[in-house]
Amino acid sequence: MSNAANTRISEPQGIDMVFYRIKKNFTSVDPYLTVFGIFLWLFAYWVLCEGLQIWRFSKLPGPVAISKDWFAFEPFQGISIFTQEYYEHIRVSCQRILIAFGLATGLGVPLGLFMGWSRKVRDYVFPIIETLRPIPILAWVPLSILLLPGFEGPVIFLATLASFFVTALNAMLGVDSIDEEYFRAAGCLGSSKWDVFKNVVVPGALPFIFTGLQISIGVAWFSLVAAEMVSGDLGLGYLIVDAYMNNVTVPMVIAMITLGFIGYFSSGCVRALGNKLMAWHVKELAQQGR
Amino acid sequence: MSTPKTITKASSSAKAKKLTSSLVELKNVSKSYGEEWASDNVLKNISVEFPAGELTVIVGPSGCGKSTLVNLLAGFEKPDEGRALIDGKEITGPAKDRMVVFQETALIPWQTTLQNVTFGPKMRGDKKGPSLVREAEDLLIKVGLGEFMNKYPIQLSGGMQRRAELARALINEPTVMIMDEPFRGLDAMSRSLMQEFFLELFDENQKTNIFVTSEIDEAIFLADNLVILSNKPTTVQTVIKIDLPRPRNYKMLTTAKAFKYRRQAMELLHGEALKSFAVLK
Repeated sequence: MSNAANTRISEPQGIDMVFYRIKKNFTSVDPYLTVFGIFLWLFAYWVLCEGLQIWRFSKLPGPVAISKDWFAFEPFQGISIFTQEYYEHIRVSCQRILIAFGLATGLGVPLGLFMGWSRKVRDYVFPIIETLRPIPILAWVPLSILLLPGFEGPVIFLATLASFFVTALNAMLGVDSIDEEYFRAAGCLGSSKWDVFKNVVVPGALPFIFTGLQISIGVAWFSLVAAEMVSGDLGLGYLIVDAYMNNVTVPMVIAMITLGFIGYFSSGCVRALGNKLMAWHVKELAQQGR
Repeated sequence: MSTPKTITKASSSAKAKKLTSSLVELKNVSKSYGEEWASDNVLKNISVEFPAGELTVIVGPSGCGKSTLVNLLAGFEKPDEGRALIDGKEITGPAKDRMVVFQETALIPWQTTLQNVTFGPKMRGDKKGPSLVREAEDLLIKVGLGEFMNKYPIQLSGGMQRRAELARALINEPTVMIMDEPFRGLDAMSRSLMQEFFLELFDENQKTNIFVTSEIDEAIFLADNLVILSNKPTTVQTVIKIDLPRPRNYKMLTTAKAFKYRRQAMELLHGEALKSFAVLK
């Protein structure tokens, strides 16, 4: 191992590293495939809606119509990157997601960990969670409107609920996934229960927790949008329904694509945070060639 | 793989400390698993003594309950009948006087090698700060892992992982080391290097060692006492005193005396293995 290190070139520093990474990235075929793939999809979309206008696709806004409005100073159908309203919808949705995801994580991770760690806690909680979990989030809408006042309450409640179940379940499975030998080793070394929790249970469950968080932030987004569509005054979900009601299709699709981008970005953030916290896990995956 | 550094005879810090070892005994121990009406008697009325400061190797056919024996000695499980004793006192649970090195690696994967080694003393709070780190570093250098202290276990080879585990156990200054097939899964070369290295450590520390294996050559090479288990139900069949001089080297395995031990053990084990083979059929 050490011999190989001597013959290697020295590690690039600072901005050189960035250039090195970019150069390396573009010498592989992957980025070209990605770009080509995106254009292929856009082209197919354009052919269907605007090029050949096949069947009812002619009723949908095509890529040209959308980008014309999206990047216009004075958009024909009301929403573009230059209108205040657009950012207001994004801001409101993001704020709700932050609260809902924060609540779901703050409650779900500890509960899941305790369910995995203690037989007793699991016996108390697990059957109830498993009963509530399959109930579709839309079925909760009337109840949440009855229970909570205003627009914000029900919307945040619904988004929280959906991602809470995912988070809790994954944290529990994460504890289950930890090899018994680590508990034995820790016991042998004289760890107290709390030490075992801090040093074995939590870090050992982290890979599952972060898999769960990546799913749960996605779940939070789609339950949020569903909630905003039913009960809301602002937000991207509301924008979609509002546009549909007013028979303007372009803002509808703009809101959909925006949701896609923000969702991608948010789960990317979760993934990056996970990799930062789990250097050992990243190395483990790298060792397996992944 | 970097080879372990030879332990110098004058490792003064280790010599200066009073190294103690304990006598471990099992007295009429029975253990079974499963429901009462369908219980599988894993151990039946076992009595065996592990003399202080000696290396006792347990061999037996696979599936005969060697790991159960380890679990009882370590304190992970309690006997149904009989008593497990250390220096005359009942074993009530895992403790730092009995360190276990497990079959497959049980290094904690989210801690670096160094963090793994300092884990025990840090948790118990009986050593801490820079002096603990220095002690751990010395130990790791001694087991040839000086360059790998800040690597994660996954980045080490199989042999390195076992040495890291030895270091993690030794820093707790146990009086008994329990090794449950610690070199299983290593390739033949690493395995024989590890055996030699392990013997050097043993000769230096003279702790009570309980070593479980299914390899006869390994058993004879290492042991002071060779405990051969019988199968279904498991009891102690024979204890052979291995009277080979220490320090040992591989040439001793080709002496007439070693062959005699080997033949004796083989005959006994073959009979036992046949028994379990027949049961399988």
